[in-house]
Amino acid sequence: MQFDWMKIPYAFLTLFIVVNYGFLLTALVQKIGARVGRRRGIPIWQNYVDMIKNYGQRSSITHGTMFYLGPVFRLSGGVGLLLFVPSIYGSYMFSNLSFAGDLILALYFVFFGTLGMALGAGESGHPHAAIGVSRGLSQVSTAELPFALAVFSVALQYQTLSVTDIVAAQQGGILNWTLFTNPLAVAAAMLSFLGSMMRPPFDVVIAPQEIPIGPPTEYHSSYLALMQTNRAIFPVAKIVIYMNLFFGGADNWPTFFLKVFVIYLWSAFVGVVFPRFRVDQSIRWFLIWAVPLGVLSIVLV
Amino acid sequence: MKEELLKRMVKGPDGVEFEIEPLRDYYCEAAPTVMHGAYIKIVEDMFNWARSESIWILGFGTGCGAIEMRPLMTPRFDAYRYGVQWRPTPRQANLFIISGYLSTKTLKRAIRAYEQMQSPKYVIGLGSCTINGGMYWDSYNTIKRLDEYLPVDLYIAGCMPRPEALLAGFVDLKKLIRAGKGEGANLYAEKFEWYKANQKRVIHDWDMPDYNW
Repeated sequence: MQFDWMKIPYAFLTLFIVVNYGFLLTALVQKIGARVGRRRGIPIWQNYVDMIKNYGQRSSITHGTMFYLGPVFRLSGGVGLLLFVPSIYGSYMFSNLSFAGDLILALYFVFFGTLGMALGAGESGHPHAAIGVSRGLSQVSTAELPFALAVFSVALQYQTLSVTDIVAAQQGGILNWTLFTNPLAVAAAMLSFLGSMMRPPFDVVIAPQEIPIGPPTEYHSSYLALMQTNRAIFPVAKIVIYMNLFFGGADNWPTFFLKVFVIYLWSAFVGVVFPRFRVDQSIRWFLIWAVPLGVLSIVLV
Repeated sequence: MKEELLKRMVKGPDGVEFEIEPLRDYYCEAAPTVMHGAYIKIVEDMFNWARSESIWILGFGTGCGAIEMRPLMTPRFDAYRYGVQWRPTPRQANLFIISGYLSTKTLKRAIRAYEQMQSPKYVIGLGSCTINGGMYWDSYNTIKRLDEYLPVDLYIAGCMPRPEALLAGFVDLKKLIRAGKGEGANLYAEKFEWYKANQKRVIHDWDMPDYNW
């Protein structure tokens, strides 16, 4: 099999751009949330400073092998998700390592980080971490269900499992987007999107006031810095999939930045308007509102 | 010593008996060591700058001063502007604010929380009670000078200081950290014996290891 080695440095370039964009984007969204609460919020560069500080902490302790591997798995989940999906359509430089069946791999990577985190946090031995993990896994599993249904629906609609082909089929005007050709699938996926962004109403996993911060309770110093890096990469990587599947992809970086920002804003908007769900409520909510939409979209396709 | 902390034999679900000693099994007893910064000065300066601009507070109110910390999160004072954030767990926090009087019972928890924080770490004594006992100067169950039990970087005097005073305190702490003077964790490691002797003098039911991180 022929492999183009030049793709590897290009993939790193994509990663570099996305990390920086992710840091600024998460800070910007936090600032928007703060403005809604009539605060000025954190400076836009705060995420960089926090990360340097966490890498610069002098001491760190461990609870075992899995404790080390938790943040590593989490980061590889985010990076893997990003690298196997084309970020810019039609660009050789930024098509990353995408291949024919990458949609299935992407679905797998979405869940990969959560599982790694569950194992790592489990070994930390903190009861809050265990509670957070059990909440997180049950909520994310239910939230993934409508997304998976929507993805199958889209794959059936375009008769392909390649993200590049799906984007190609949506070119030529806004009405060709899946948003308009298969609105039910997009609706199901956008509801599921809320569940995996760790923002209200679905942030009971880290429940800052109730089980202090949940899974990462015991994580600190450079472990935490790794997870912060993933916090920047993962939402963008996930949004890239959404953008490619449902919103026509992007054929240059400005369009990319704009679309990712608008899709991210959807979860921030819902987050500042609605209060937090408990886990049983959120599971029921996903099963009642999002899953039927997904099933319906498959039936109609 | 509490009963659940005593050494005992436990029978596992598979029938194997084994001995557990909670104080040794659940905690690490290794004493803290002095930790030096990066060898290259400019790197350490950069880290110090980042530490000063990203102060994570352990959200742990010990006394009445805690009520002055809460308004800092609100729109009126909004300490997030200055890179100050609250973390719910000592592992992730850098700054421990002892907010007001500290009873000996709370001191025990404060010591544990402080020792679980990662170096470098800072302590602010908020209010007069942390300096000389304040209005509790003759109380039988509060400590009078916080400095004898934990290495304090900065005091904010007053009874109670306003949230503005806390903000001014953060600015001063930033200057200290940036100048490389926020080495309380190393001071604690150097004078570990002295601090432990002081702590044990007031805490009579000392049922924990000497150093528990």
